[in-house]
Amino acid sequence: MSSKVIAVENLSKRYRLGLMGLGSLRHDVNRVWHRVRGKADPYAKIGEVNDRAQAGTSDYVWALRDVSFNVQKGEILGIIGKNGAGKSTLLKILSKITQPSEGSVKMKGRIASLLEVGTGFHPELTGRDNIYLNGTILGMSRREVSRKLEEIVEFAGVAKYIDTPVKRYSSGMIVRLGFAVAAHLDPEILIVDEVLAVGDAAFQKRAIGKMKDVTKKDGRTVLFVSHNMQSVRTLCNRALLMHNGGIAFDGGVNETIHQYIAKAFKPHHTCFFSQKESAPGNNMIRLRRAELLHAEDQPLNVTMTFKFIFEFWNEIPGVDINLSLSLFSIRGECIFNVVTPSRSLQKELVSSICIVPANLLNDGEYTIKLLFVKDTTQVIFAMEDLLTFKVADAGRTGFWHGKWNGAVRPKLDFDLAPTT
Amino acid sequence: MSQTTLLQRKNVSPISQKKEKWDIEISSEKKLIDFKFKELWHYRDLLMLLVWRDYTHVYKQTILGPLWYLVQPILMTLAFSVVFGNIAGISTDGIPQTLFYMAGITCWYYFADCLNKTSTTFKDNQQIFGKVYFTRLIVPLSIVISNLIKFGVQFLLFLCFLVWFAQTNKAVQPNAYVLLFPFLVVLIGGLGLGFGLFITSLTVKYRDLIFLLQFGIQLAMYATPVVYPLSTVAPKYRWLIDINPMTPIVEAFRYAFTGAGIFSWGHLLYSFLFMAFILAAGMIIFNRTERNFMDTV
Repeated sequence: MSSKVIAVENLSKRYRLGLMGLGSLRHDVNRVWHRVRGKADPYAKIGEVNDRAQAGTSDYVWALRDVSFNVQKGEILGIIGKNGAGKSTLLKILSKITQPSEGSVKMKGRIASLLEVGTGFHPELTGRDNIYLNGTILGMSRREVSRKLEEIVEFAGVAKYIDTPVKRYSSGMIVRLGFAVAAHLDPEILIVDEVLAVGDAAFQKRAIGKMKDVTKKDGRTVLFVSHNMQSVRTLCNRALLMHNGGIAFDGGVNETIHQYIAKAFKPHHTCFFSQKESAPGNNMIRLRRAELLHAEDQPLNVTMTFKFIFEFWNEIPGVDINLSLSLFSIRGECIFNVVTPSRSLQKELVSSICIVPANLLNDGEYTIKLLFVKDTTQVIFAMEDLLTFKVADAGRTGFWHGKWNGAVRPKLDFDLAPTT
Repeated sequence: MSQTTLLQRKNVSPISQKKEKWDIEISSEKKLIDFKFKELWHYRDLLMLLVWRDYTHVYKQTILGPLWYLVQPILMTLAFSVVFGNIAGISTDGIPQTLFYMAGITCWYYFADCLNKTSTTFKDNQQIFGKVYFTRLIVPLSIVISNLIKFGVQFLLFLCFLVWFAQTNKAVQPNAYVLLFPFLVVLIGGLGLGFGLFITSLTVKYRDLIFLLQFGIQLAMYATPVVYPLSTVAPKYRWLIDINPMTPIVEAFRYAFTGAGIFSWGHLLYSFLFMAFILAAGMIIFNRTERNFMDTV
């Protein structure tokens, strides 16, 4: 039987930007004054859509705006979206950590939220004591914890260390223990935020298995936020795509992930800043130009050589700088990372060229990240998603026309001939 | 519960019969009074674990352990005896100085500790409050209770001195008012908690008050008959000492156990009403703050 266990209606959350100070005191006083006179909150209307990249005009933003959705019993709902889309705010409201500015949420049954693994772990206490402490923080009674203790210890695989203070645990053990406690809480609704990102592959697999297990066997409901499309795809049957505080897409997991990737991808081959003052950077360096160039007129494909050109102003004479360029697939896997030699630079305009040979990248969408590094160790400025581009497939000989597997598609010396 | 019993019990119309039953409702509403006693009860195991954690944690890796609880009142009593008793020559209502100061110190520091520690609840726990929900009131409550352990140990020390002095000094006269002791403890804890809740809520957004608190507590001790008996206060300043809700408690405590001091039911009633008021107000403002405090810290 399927029935609604979570109903979210017109949920909105407004945040005030900037620092606390006399300005916020003035707003508070003004707000109280409006309330006394029976008028609406003067700052409720002025918030704007949350797009971090653009400087807003108002001090208030909507981290969530009119979000509505329902979740059925036994569903595993994935929530995806880029950073700042409102995922964490949504989870915070669902787990009662903060109150919405507008709208409502209704839920059935007990909720456990795992926004962080091992919340409230005390380093001086032993593993056993921390299981009790953590379990009761999550809402279990001491007796329930006692009943589940063995299972928890077994799942976490820390039986040998159970009477050792957790400050002597490895970080992996802490993560496993934290997850084990929450997973054995038997909540009707489990809210999980990105915690799997910290464990190793074996643990991730086990954790995902456990979550699948509880939904299938006991009909529990899971909300799962992750940037790892692979785990979302394996775990969830439905997903929400969040964008700028709203729901951009709600549907089957594959379709949603596709929408996310498509939405995130916008080819961006060049950026140029003529004014040093307004160029991205800081008082040490400022970026003037970043560009992807390739020789032919047709779109970039796997058989073409292309190059990245960067130009930047170095502001501090005599400093040793090198660039670090990372290329990511649109799914977030790093394909390669290359660095220039470290050079001593004057206060001057510097340029750098990176040539990517033909027959290296597979077809697909890519984005680059550029780091400016001082003395080969200190990152002084980083630019994520500086350029994004697409490498098209080239005409192939032969019969296979499906997706070519692999992160790269190198042309290697690989042949066959009759043995002589 | 089946549909029919629900119908009978609530006598609802057939239309609202379809209305679903939700366990948790989150909305933007701000109810003024919402004490959630049921939730507090639900988290009682957590309360006890937090108390136990505080208790075991403080004296981990020390040799004397909880005996350190005794150092503070002994040294303070010694210092007060020298400074206020001998150098300044302030009267102690005819009872031995040691007993007089220790009575005041034991009571006052329970109050001061409760207030001090609870007043930073939000600041000290933002890490955990930001990641998981439980009734926030559990944390300051656990502080008041773990301080009660310290108070208990110090009170036992006071009792030892009392037994000793009661045998050697005729002025020391414990009397039937000692039965009020549990009530006095509740008053002190309640006052400390109430003020603490108030201050921690106010300092979430504007931290100015924190600076005031540290020496505010110090000053307040001098507005309480800890180092002097109430009977020696000049009538001109008497009102100032009387509006302090801790005054009747300290005096009653001292009167009950040593027979020295001024006991007044009226003043004690004032302390009780004051405590009830500050505790209720503190809880209201604390509840209001917990709903959105993560956005402002």
